[in-house]
Amino acid sequence: MNEERRYTILLVFVLVSFIYIAKLFSIQVIDSTYKQAAEYNVMQRITEYPFRGLIYDRDSNLIVYNKPVFDLMVVTREARIDDTLLFCRQIGISPDQFENNMREMKRRKGYSSLQPAVFLKMLSVEDLARFEDYLVDYPGFYIQPRILRGYALNGLANALGYVGEISRPRLDRDTTGYYRQGDYIGISGIEATYEPELRGKKGVKFKMVNVRGVEKGSFKGGRFDTLSTPGKNIVTTIDFELQKYGEYLMQGKAGAIVALEPQSGEILSLVSSPSYNPELLSGREFGKNFQRLTLDSLTPLYNRAIMSVYPPGSTFKPVQALIALQEGVLRADEQVHCPGGLVGDHSPPGYYDVRKAIQRSSNNYFYIIFRRIINQEVYPNTFMDSNVGLQKWADYMDRFGLGRPLGIDIPNEKGGKIPGPDYYDRIYGQYRWKWSTINSVSIGQGEVLTSPLQMANYTAIIANRGWYIAPHVVKSIGLDGKPREEYRQKNYVGIDSVHFDSVIDGMVMVVNEGTGFRSRLPGIQVCGKTGTSQNPHGEDHSVYIAFAPKDNPKIAISVYVQNSGQGARAAASIAGLMIEKYLTGEIKRKYMEEYALKGPFIY
Amino acid sequence: MDWILVFLYVALVLIGLFNIYAAVYDEDVKRGLLDLSLNSGKQFLWMGLGLLIIIVILSIDFRFYNSFAYAIYAGIMLLLILVLIFGKEVAGSKSWFEIGSFRLQPAEFAKFATALALAKYMSGSNFKFERLKDLFITFAILFTPVLLIMLQGDTGTALVFGAFFIMFYREGFWPQVIAIGLISAAIFVLTLLVNEFYLYIGILLSGALLILFGKRTLQRIVLILSGMLLVASVIIGVDYFIENILKPHQQNRVKALINPEADPLGYGWNVTQSKIAIGSGGVWGKGFLQGTQTKFDFVPEQSTDFIFCTLGEEQGWFGSLALIMIFMMLLFRIVILAERQKSKFARIYGYSVASLIFFHYFVNIGMTIGLFPVIGIPLPFISYGGSSLWAFTILLFIFIKLDAHRMQVLLR
Repeated sequence: MNEERRYTILLVFVLVSFIYIAKLFSIQVIDSTYKQAAEYNVMQRITEYPFRGLIYDRDSNLIVYNKPVFDLMVVTREARIDDTLLFCRQIGISPDQFENNMREMKRRKGYSSLQPAVFLKMLSVEDLARFEDYLVDYPGFYIQPRILRGYALNGLANALGYVGEISRPRLDRDTTGYYRQGDYIGISGIEATYEPELRGKKGVKFKMVNVRGVEKGSFKGGRFDTLSTPGKNIVTTIDFELQKYGEYLMQGKAGAIVALEPQSGEILSLVSSPSYNPELLSGREFGKNFQRLTLDSLTPLYNRAIMSVYPPGSTFKPVQALIALQEGVLRADEQVHCPGGLVGDHSPPGYYDVRKAIQRSSNNYFYIIFRRIINQEVYPNTFMDSNVGLQKWADYMDRFGLGRPLGIDIPNEKGGKIPGPDYYDRIYGQYRWKWSTINSVSIGQGEVLTSPLQMANYTAIIANRGWYIAPHVVKSIGLDGKPREEYRQKNYVGIDSVHFDSVIDGMVMVVNEGTGFRSRLPGIQVCGKTGTSQNPHGEDHSVYIAFAPKDNPKIAISVYVQNSGQGARAAASIAGLMIEKYLTGEIKRKYMEEYALKGPFIY
Repeated sequence: MDWILVFLYVALVLIGLFNIYAAVYDEDVKRGLLDLSLNSGKQFLWMGLGLLIIIVILSIDFRFYNSFAYAIYAGIMLLLILVLIFGKEVAGSKSWFEIGSFRLQPAEFAKFATALALAKYMSGSNFKFERLKDLFITFAILFTPVLLIMLQGDTGTALVFGAFFIMFYREGFWPQVIAIGLISAAIFVLTLLVNEFYLYIGILLSGALLILFGKRTLQRIVLILSGMLLVASVIIGVDYFIENILKPHQQNRVKALINPEADPLGYGWNVTQSKIAIGSGGVWGKGFLQGTQTKFDFVPEQSTDFIFCTLGEEQGWFGSLALIMIFMMLLFRIVILAERQKSKFARIYGYSVASLIFFHYFVNIGMTIGLFPVIGIPLPFISYGGSSLWAFTILLFIFIKLDAHRMQVLLR
């Protein structure tokens, strides 16, 4: 049965073999292109690295550019060095280093004597100029241009991020197949977020070289070659002069400054202190410098502006007032009797309205109105009522962008924390907690944690009277492009603009007749609020939020200085100077600059 | 024992050893063929262990393979499941057990186990493809390992099991079904090669011609029209498959087959380089260890999947011809031996052996000369790798053992 089918099967075997023999005959015997490609020639694949996009500040000042460097490559099998000593002298290395590099190169994974391998990494233009003329005497050696980042202006390091060799895990995760081992990639900051735009597209050239290192032209007339496409330039929202000034004011301190343009969400400066010189993470010393920065106990690589979270303290009070007003549990001019002693307070007992409460930063007042927000007596059971009230409150906070990442275009933004009912349910159990359990939240202490970026954004919301555009550092992709889609939409927080009057009045009084006096400017009405962030590990952190001018605000700012005590001192003085610098272009109050630079902030 | 098969086996394994040495040879660091830091040295070690395996296979009673076919199959399937849990991920597929520096790929062994289980089941006294239950169980035996290997992410090895259809054909499987499968494959390739628009015109034209120049019965016209619809839907399906189901690297491989220049950085480059290496060998080749292209590190699988390049470059067209001839002799010999078996079990198993070896040979050489997409499967007995060498050794020698005892089997 079916025995005859064996012949069909054998016929298929023979047929396939016959096709293969014929195909082999065609490529091995008839077609000579393959022989030409190979005979005494080795094909080299030369990658053309594209120009990485440049980075500018908002006034088109160049911040980051490309520095050409050169790798000296060698194809070992073709290399001829008659006099090693002479060679070493000409390229400027010691014979020991020569031996060392050779050995290391041969040990590298994927090394082949027929493929170009890196012999000497990242030579500068000057190095190259010195021995370029000698290079013709050494077949097998050639130059591969590379692009390194150079910094026209020193600053903004944490936001810019850095570029480095792609890591093994990252390479494994790459599904696009774009990257090869040894390629450079944006690792943090803007360089990482905008990597797809900045990197451009690599080109490739197939070059045939004979045994003596003489170029024999391109393979198949360059049919396989592709040109590299340069990356797109990027315009940031940063005002570099302001940025530099902020970094100057923050020298010797740990902390952060975030300054925003309220109408656009554009970040004018993003200071994280201490920082580092971006040049350190570009070039031959990358590994050594990176290790040093990582081990630094002051964590200069840590972007405090978006990653550090801390209790906002009294800077939290304006938003509490806004929620109470919107919820209708408080009228702006209502005189609330604060008996004192409910909670520790610098402000004396008496009658307070919103303005006065913000000006004097009355803890008792906000203690009372927080209770009104939480316990609106929707349910007779106080536990259930607190649950509903706190959820409502947490929803407002979420709309204000507090306690959650705002989606800035820099990686690793931290969210912080706004404790909602779920959180307390986990700790105390459902319906086992009520307003009195959680009242430290009313004055921005306790479990509440926010980042300097969130505080600046929240200040911008007050300046805008109820809306914000997500803060971002890139204004335009390409020289006259647009920011990404998500940075063009207004987000409303659900507070009617009328409620902002009394709160802003309060913030004016903070500056004019209260703790914010160090940010008072002649001719410009600044609105601010001080805060002191309780720190169980040491001195309290100094916090300040402000915007100016009062009408048609141009800048909203949050300043956070670690371990510097009251917000009225370090933070308020720095914020005032930043506003002065941005709005007037110069500093008239030199005494204040002196104070901000030298302190003392803790008496 | 059939000494011709043994001789051909030894010839192929030795050719493999020398070519692996040539592929990894570095004239700057001269090392011997048996240097254990080289793949060739390791391959020699695997060959030594392979000899042990051969001795064990030949000394076990021949009835063991029939009686324990299901047990062996079940054991290997268990390994395929275990590798999904404990396996080590290499290049995107989780198909290796790793014990120290030693790796084992159970999928390779699933081939002979499936061959045994199929032979056992199909040699049952009244097995018929036409019986639904028989067909179902046969397919279950075949597709269980395919599914498990697909789950490991090793599509290439899973594809190999398609080879069993050659054996099915010999055992009476409907040629129409196989023909439809092959035509679908052809349409698949055509869809990639030719603009869809022309394909649809082609379908319309051939349909019209068939209707115009044939008997115009209603039944025939309906048949032709539904055939046209079927082909058109296959084309749409292929498009969908390529764009939405294949992973990007698989898409690239398929596309590189059609147009290697489309992806000069990726797979197209491999195929181009492979062709340059083989093509530069000329009629007589450059001579042993004299190749320049294959030591070029252009493909990571220099001594495994692309081993044929080394042979093509250094031994030229005559060397390639000789290798193809040896494979032909091997396949012919297996088919001849299979046909002389008295037991159905041994015949089916023999055909499975021939089918599997043929399929590997067909795909592997085809991909190096640009006639087939790059599918990572080894060239039997030649490619570097313990798992693959042992699996093919076991596969072949069980058959040699069965053949040696063919006279002891009573006709059933």
